[in-house]
Amino acid sequence: MSADTAVPAAPATGAPALLPEDADQWTARVRRRAVGAFPPERLLPDRQPAYVASWIYVFGVLTLTSLVVVLLSGAVLALEGPSWWHQSSVGLFVNSTHLWSVELFFFFMVVHLWGKFFMAAWRGRRRATWVTGVVAFLVSIGTAFTGYLSQQNFDSQWIGTQAKDGINATGAGAFFNVLNFGQMLMWHILLLPLVLGLFVVVHVLLVRKRGVVPPFPAKPAVVPALATEVAPVPSAAAAADEEIGEQR
Amino acid sequence: MSAATQPTEAARHRRRRFKVDRDAEEWHGPYVRYDIVKEFTLALIVVLLITVVASILFSSPDVRPVTLRSWATANPVDFAQTAITELDGTSATAGYGPPYNSTPGVSQHIIGPISLESAFGVHHPINTMKDYVIDPLETLPNAPAVHAALTSYTSASPSLQQKWTGAYEKGVAKASFTNGSLTLPPGNYGPVAPMISSLTSMARSGALDGALVSSSQFYGTDYTKPLLFIANGTYMANLAAAEHLQGGQWGMMNETGSYPGQAWLWLYTMWYQISPFTTSSNADAQVWAIMMILTLALALVPFIPGVRSIPRRVGLYRLIWRQHYRSVEAGAGTGSGGPPAAAS
Amino acid sequence: MPILSADQAASRVFGAVVNLGKPGTYLHWGFIQLSLANFVLIVVMIAVFLAAILLPFPHRGGPRS
Repeated sequence: MSADTAVPAAPATGAPALLPEDADQWTARVRRRAVGAFPPERLLPDRQPAYVASWIYVFGVLTLTSLVVVLLSGAVLALEGPSWWHQSSVGLFVNSTHLWSVELFFFFMVVHLWGKFFMAAWRGRRRATWVTGVVAFLVSIGTAFTGYLSQQNFDSQWIGTQAKDGINATGAGAFFNVLNFGQMLMWHILLLPLVLGLFVVVHVLLVRKRGVVPPFPAKPAVVPALATEVAPVPSAAAAADEEIGEQR
Repeated sequence: MSAATQPTEAARHRRRRFKVDRDAEEWHGPYVRYDIVKEFTLALIVVLLITVVASILFSSPDVRPVTLRSWATANPVDFAQTAITELDGTSATAGYGPPYNSTPGVSQHIIGPISLESAFGVHHPINTMKDYVIDPLETLPNAPAVHAALTSYTSASPSLQQKWTGAYEKGVAKASFTNGSLTLPPGNYGPVAPMISSLTSMARSGALDGALVSSSQFYGTDYTKPLLFIANGTYMANLAAAEHLQGGQWGMMNETGSYPGQAWLWLYTMWYQISPFTTSSNADAQVWAIMMILTLALALVPFIPGVRSIPRRVGLYRLIWRQHYRSVEAGAGTGSGGPPAAAS
Repeated sequence: MPILSADQAASRVFGAVVNLGKPGTYLHWGFIQLSLANFVLIVVMIAVFLAAILLPFPHRGGPRS
């Protein structure tokens, strides 16, 4: 379906169809690859494999929604600035929602990690999904760390003066000064959330692209001799993929 | 990926031997209804509810920060004992090395000669004598006695300065604070005694906090100087110990009061509790190196044979996918669980 | 030498139904030291993980492709 020279049908919006001479545009190429990798039915599926039948599977979306609440509560804190929560009871409440959503985020993420480990969820060309997940975990720890440093209270004083030794020992203390509130706050609200967001987006897109990892073969003795491709999501595009992939 | 290249890549993949801990069979079995948007919405509502309830029930901790003022007010003797070490260059900050100064031979080494700390140099220079004692005292208005003491100290020879500061360090160990001033046993302290006494008063008034934060600019957001000074004393450290926040108390995981802390840091802080890291002067560098290796291993689990076969050996997956295995046994499902011959 | 505890150091935890600003309880096993709060959290995490794996999942019907 997605051959280089084929002209796709005109989209439903009534915009003009892609002309053959425009097919080599960067825009056209990016769009073709994006839509090819993520047709709408794959991005927002309405079916999933029958083996996805356990409560362990909800911890990914719980982690994601916790992150959404973290970002929302953080945004409200940003509206009033870093000293608000020390002076206002509403501010203290919003700070509390930020803290507890972070605790929930890590809670759900670790349970999600345990589940994915015991399912060996990297199987079937899903190693990048695992790696991006671990990196997101690590970046979250860094983001939380800079958050703790930005509290402007005893806790951040202690954490900063203690953490500086470990960081200085690596040489990073020359550039990353945990005692510099301004720097830590900017890393916390801008730089690290951007990096985290990037890895989360890639991670989720990879899950959509590869689908949920299938179970281990039921009878270990009867495993296929050869590795095959990953299961596509059932859709028109995927059905065509399957047809091609079925040629053993 | 175009159709032209797809079969080639598929063929390449197909030629690899199937490794059960690395590869997965295509799923040809049944699909069931799944409402992803509804799932996301429900999860969001659940998380919001738990968050709001927890916030109402538990609020969040906010222990007031230590200031030079609160420290010198609560424990002026400890402040003076710290101040003299800043003046004579024996404090932890004065002898820290990079990034604060270039004291030779003190940088942490991961192993052998490898010291990243030294490699990056002095980026946040602090001269404790000048930054913590001399310069703040020089800002004091209407204090001719202090300025005279400062002139006397700075114009003295290094050996005379050392005589004074050495004597003061010994004396202040037995100091007391009565009627608003430091009282030391008699000794030859020279100008050092009025200097430290003035600095203590300055700290108790709050003026030292201001002087250290705004020393480089009005709108300061960099608290390096006052924080290092405070950390060199015992006041903040004692408060932290009371809250179980010290390194040797697994403090990295803990929070003030009875709040949950950062349980996910358990492995990082664990190393500090065991030998040889409990006594190593390079503990920070060494623990960091260990954690980097373990972190890399976690990220690369899919590539490490043996580790990546743990899930299959442990067998917890049989519980997770028990519905699937039951239907395979019943002969209903024809997905990757069954033998290839039965695949549709 | 007066040392202020966290309580006395004017910690602001007000408006909370359960005051977690009081000094925490700590559990000790050999070289392990764990706050009660963290311990409870970890136990709950393990319990939730096991529950997620063991609790029956509603079998979704619908046409099978």
